[in-house]
Amino acid sequence: MNIIDFGNAFFSDSAHWHGYDGIPQRFLEHLQYSLLALAIAAAIGLPVGLLTGHTGRGGNALAFIANAARALPSFGLLVLAVLLIGFGLLPVMIPLVVLAVPPILVTTYEAVRSLDPAPVDAARGMGMHESRILFQVEVPVALPLILSGLRSAAIQIVSTATIAAYVSLGGLGRYIIDGLYQRDYEKVVGGATLVAFLALLTLALFWAVARVAVSPGVRRR
Amino acid sequence: MIRIDSVTKRYPDGTVAVDRLSLDIPDRSITVLVGPSGCGKTTTLRMINRMVEPSEGTILLDGEDTRRQPVTTLRRSMGYVIQNAGLFQHRTIVDNIATVPRMLGWGKQRARERAAELMERVGLDPALAGRYPYQLSGGQQQRVGVARALAADPPVLLMDEPFSAVDPVVRKGLQDELLRIQDELGKTIVFVTHDIDEAIKLGTMVAVLREGGRLAQYAPPAELLASPADGFVEDFLGADRGIRGLSFVPSAALELTTDAVIPADADAGRIAAGKATHLLVTDADGRPLGWAERDELTAGDIRTDRLRSYGRPFVPGVDSLRVALDCAVLSPVGWAVAVDDSGRVTGVVSQQTIGEAIRAAHAAGRAEDEKVAG
Repeated sequence: MNIIDFGNAFFSDSAHWHGYDGIPQRFLEHLQYSLLALAIAAAIGLPVGLLTGHTGRGGNALAFIANAARALPSFGLLVLAVLLIGFGLLPVMIPLVVLAVPPILVTTYEAVRSLDPAPVDAARGMGMHESRILFQVEVPVALPLILSGLRSAAIQIVSTATIAAYVSLGGLGRYIIDGLYQRDYEKVVGGATLVAFLALLTLALFWAVARVAVSPGVRRR
Repeated sequence: MIRIDSVTKRYPDGTVAVDRLSLDIPDRSITVLVGPSGCGKTTTLRMINRMVEPSEGTILLDGEDTRRQPVTTLRRSMGYVIQNAGLFQHRTIVDNIATVPRMLGWGKQRARERAAELMERVGLDPALAGRYPYQLSGGQQQRVGVARALAADPPVLLMDEPFSAVDPVVRKGLQDELLRIQDELGKTIVFVTHDIDEAIKLGTMVAVLREGGRLAQYAPPAELLASPADGFVEDFLGADRGIRGLSFVPSAALELTTDAVIPADADAGRIAAGKATHLLVTDADGRPLGWAERDELTAGDIRTDRLRSYGRPFVPGVDSLRVALDCAVLSPVGWAVAVDDSGRVTGVVSQQTIGEAIRAAHAAGRAEDEKVAG
């Protein structure tokens, strides 16, 4: 049997479409973990990136820390978190957030810092408050880059959230880990396909958001 | 009036950008700060709206220290135009211009109406209102920059090398437009440039700064050209300051002669009476056709296609002595042609006569100086 046959077998089995181990349920769980992790990572990475980018201060130190964080292995972090905190959602969130903060923070910082200084100078010269300069002059123009940082963070989260299953949580990782354990390769392929599909869905979602949120003057078309 | 009172800007590393500068900037006129790079002209401008804070000294706006009001209030009372315009690329042209009115709490509709009005004032096609900055040329963007600075009708306009990044033809258009707008609005404009020609063209008063942020001379452009304070100013003005100074001398007093002007259908007597070796031939309406040697002309058979070009005419009273001289220099026979508003010849004038007028103007200037000194 090849991979396509495995996939077909997995998705055509009606037993896989309902119940607590059904595809909709696992999909939803996976989505929940991913969204939560992305929300936390964005809550950390965006403000810090915006502030350091706007003031131009402390950015290099942050970029260094963020890049160091990228080198941490997610799985190792998960095991460590479980040993320290015990089972639950929190130890899963730690590696996901650690994974997602660097791309968000570094891209946001770079996006704001590398903006043309002239409009900012003009805005300041016409008496605009600093917060307004950040949100009404800098962010709209930096938005495509900021979104791309969020996008790569989101995709990394979606693919890495499978590790939740290692610590007895749900999500699409359940199929992969259970499948490997039970030598049920239909399940493994099905789970991997679903993760890939969710990653593509994320990509499409960010594309759509960028279409709507980024000004035509910045998109230049 | 803006009074810059012995202002110094010293940076933490010890560099002095502006050194005890004092300058009274008159209301409703264009004051140009000019000088080589590193002379502190931009720093001086930016201290007026407190983008840079002075280390010593004070800047007074209508008698009040600019530090006594909130910095945003101060800046909103001054339009600010910079090189490359600094437009907000995510906003349409009309919304760029409406920025300050919106900041001041105007309604969207009113702010946009005001923006449309300003587009017209600075010579922008209303069809550009919904475009984005990247769709405009550099010159158009700079016009938007000026319109945006004027949007809330501030009494003061600060302009930092606004026309430096556009090509010379567009720059000239923008300069003319600024002078026209200034005629209509009468703002107090402080204008920074490194281009002395621009300074002389636009300035009511010109402050020449030298390296280290010290004032070299503060005078109206004509005075600057006629009597530079020192070698630095003289060097900075360039080699042809004498000729450029003639831009400020009117040509109305030039003594024109009609003795050397004949109509194309002139008779032999008329030609013979011509008092110069070359005669200017005009058409029946009195418009110039060209020059001819008197001895080669035959009455009744003046070949208008064989005439030598009369070059460019000048309009006495409108054009300066510099333009008149230029016309004489360009003329193949050394005589400048004077015309009235409708292009009819009012007379011709020789290089020699123009030279006499220049000497007379200098003499009058000296007499004026002595009167002031005495």
